[in-house]
Amino acid sequence: MSLQSPLTRVRGRGSAKSGVSHWWVQRVTAVTLVPLTLWFVVKLLGLPSLNIGDVREWVAEGWTPVLLIMLLGAMAWHSALGVQVVLEDYIRLKSLKVAALFTSTIFHVLVAIAGSYAVLRIALTTPITAG
Amino acid sequence: MMRERPLSPHLDIYKFAYTMATSIAHRASGIVLAFGFNLLVWWLMAAAAGPAAYERVQGVVGSWLGQLALAGWLLAFAYHLFNGLRHLNWDMGRGLERAEARRSALWVVIATVVLTAWIGYVAFFGGETA
Ligand code: HEM
Repeated sequence: MSLQSPLTRVRGRGSAKSGVSHWWVQRVTAVTLVPLTLWFVVKLLGLPSLNIGDVREWVAEGWTPVLLIMLLGAMAWHSALGVQVVLEDYIRLKSLKVAALFTSTIFHVLVAIAGSYAVLRIALTTPITAG
Repeated sequence: MMRERPLSPHLDIYKFAYTMATSIAHRASGIVLAFGFNLLVWWLMAAAAGPAAYERVQGVVGSWLGQLALAGWLLAFAYHLFNGLRHLNWDMGRGLERAEARRSALWVVIATVVLTAWIGYVAFFGGETA
């Protein structure tokens, strides 16, 4: 006799349906990233310099912090899903695979939070200069 | 518990095709971008921390190795962006004919070169853009 219920056993096989949401979120974040990454690159290129003063002033102004945090969130999510697929493809050993997926997910969340915190810190501590 | 998820078909079942190269490059560029994501956050954290930390980042990015990495990241970004759009078009069921896929692959390469060259030009030789 197995300790697994029939439902659990059957869930390990065939279509799990969770693939749909993985696929869908990967697409939604991809579409979101197109305007956000282009905006980011164009804005950076347009800055008078990449010295800390100019960068902080830009990060703090108007909607920049909101869009930057959105960019970080979409990028982290898209990247976590993408890296997951790659790890699943190349790591054969089950225990190692689970450990790698776990580490990757936690790390992506951590980095996204750290980046968002940095943006907020800059936005809330940089005095607005006129002009 | 984690369920088994389907894997990509393994490389050795394929006969070589021009689409393979663009597919492998999409994965490779995605990985490069995933590493770059950490550097982006490192840069933001340094800007938040203050001038000393920021100067350290500038020192690393300004070194020849840093510049090379930045150029590589830029190339990966441009490629992944355009080939990603190609993927999204396929996802809507368009452009899947052999000849169309071949043509879009060429467009991806051209667009990648143009965008990389343009950003590189503005970044290294200055000038206002936006
Ligand atoms: C700029 C806009 C972007 C678009 C339009 C885009 C589009 C896509 C698409 C459609 C896929 C799925 C490809 C497939 O079905 O095999 C994908 C995969 C992936 N993307 Fe992106 N992406 C973008 C930006 C990024 C960024 C910024 C990162 C990293 C921080 C990233 C990392 C990845 C990774 C790791 C994969 C998985 C590759 C694989 O499974 O082989 N992408 N991208």
